[in-house]
Amino acid sequence: MHEMSLCESVLQILEESAHKQEFSSVKRVWLEIGMLSCVEPEAMRFSFDAVMKGTLADGAKLELLRVPGEAKCLACLQNVEVQQYGDLCSACGNSRLEISGGDQLRVKELEVV
Amino acid sequence: MCTTCGCGNGETLIEGHMHDHARDHHHHTHGHTHDHASGRMVQVEQDILAINDRYAESNRSYFVDNSILTLNLVSSPGSGKTTLLTSTLSALKDEFPLSVIEGDQQTSQDAERIRATGVKAVQINTGKGCHLDAHMVGHAVQTLAPEEDSMLFIENVGNLVCPAAFDLGEAHKVVILSVTEGEDKPLKYPDMFHAADLMLLNKTDLLPYLDFDVDLCIGYARRVNPDIKVLQLSATKGDGMDAWMSWLRDEHQLQSGQETVVAQG
Repeated sequence: MHEMSLCESVLQILEESAHKQEFSSVKRVWLEIGMLSCVEPEAMRFSFDAVMKGTLADGAKLELLRVPGEAKCLACLQNVEVQQYGDLCSACGNSRLEISGGDQLRVKELEVV
Repeated sequence: MCTTCGCGNGETLIEGHMHDHARDHHHHTHGHTHDHASGRMVQVEQDILAINDRYAESNRSYFVDNSILTLNLVSSPGSGKTTLLTSTLSALKDEFPLSVIEGDQQTSQDAERIRATGVKAVQINTGKGCHLDAHMVGHAVQTLAPEEDSMLFIENVGNLVCPAAFDLGEAHKVVILSVTEGEDKPLKYPDMFHAADLMLLNKTDLLPYLDFDVDLCIGYARRVNPDIKVLQLSATKGDGMDAWMSWLRDEHQLQSGQETVVAQG
């Protein structure tokens, strides 16, 4: 459950942001979570609600933006989407894929009052 | 409160440190705001792991500047990680100054096993935490004070999931898999095998009694990480330990070279 520590980092980002941008509570949080980012969405939702209790984001709604993994197949040279490391090329079935994106873990945007 | 970075609270206990730790709050948010239907929208665009990664980079600079080869050993519980580590330390302790950071949720039994080899060790108990992070490691390094031109082994919490996400500032993650586990573990826990540079396949002396397919396992590991190096060994019987020692010596030399380049640059 490293999602719990990730949510604690999210809370730090929210608190810092509240200080700089002068807001007192957070209503909604958009997180960009790449498919290759070692995060389980359900664990993230569970942790988010637990960690945000009693904070400026108590009861805030969590919006998860899932971003697919991107890879280039070294056999057929096509750019393909992958769901996890170890997936085969969806075009030709080869296993030699060079991962080029989809491991991001970012706080993207907030709705605040 | 910690006098080094102002941290406080949390359940983490580091031997030799008198207080508990949580992460700190020294980061900066840049962004603009604009109005939205019900609330105000704030653009943040910040990496969730940025705080950890900043500590990791600071650890890494320290390791490079002082020619300390640092390895982050990761595996599931029961892979023989601590036995492998004690065998490794016994074999190398007359050749290099060595030190160990031990991560476990509870007990200092592993650090005591390490100290029994004559190598200095500090235990981090993560409490309910499932992984070490770069901030805990930074404090443990202060307590441990590893020598210049040495090797530092970080034995992470036994867990093939969570430690994958947290850079500690190490030169390499080394994943240990024993042949008493399933050969499909690299596919089941791809994030960890993707993050590691070296896989040690341990307990190979037991292969005659098992149905473990070594080639299949290595094939799976290469599927999630085409660049992963693989060494097969038995920490209890000693088979394959020479190749692991050679790998460590080569990496240590590379690390020393890196320091020279930085110093000249």
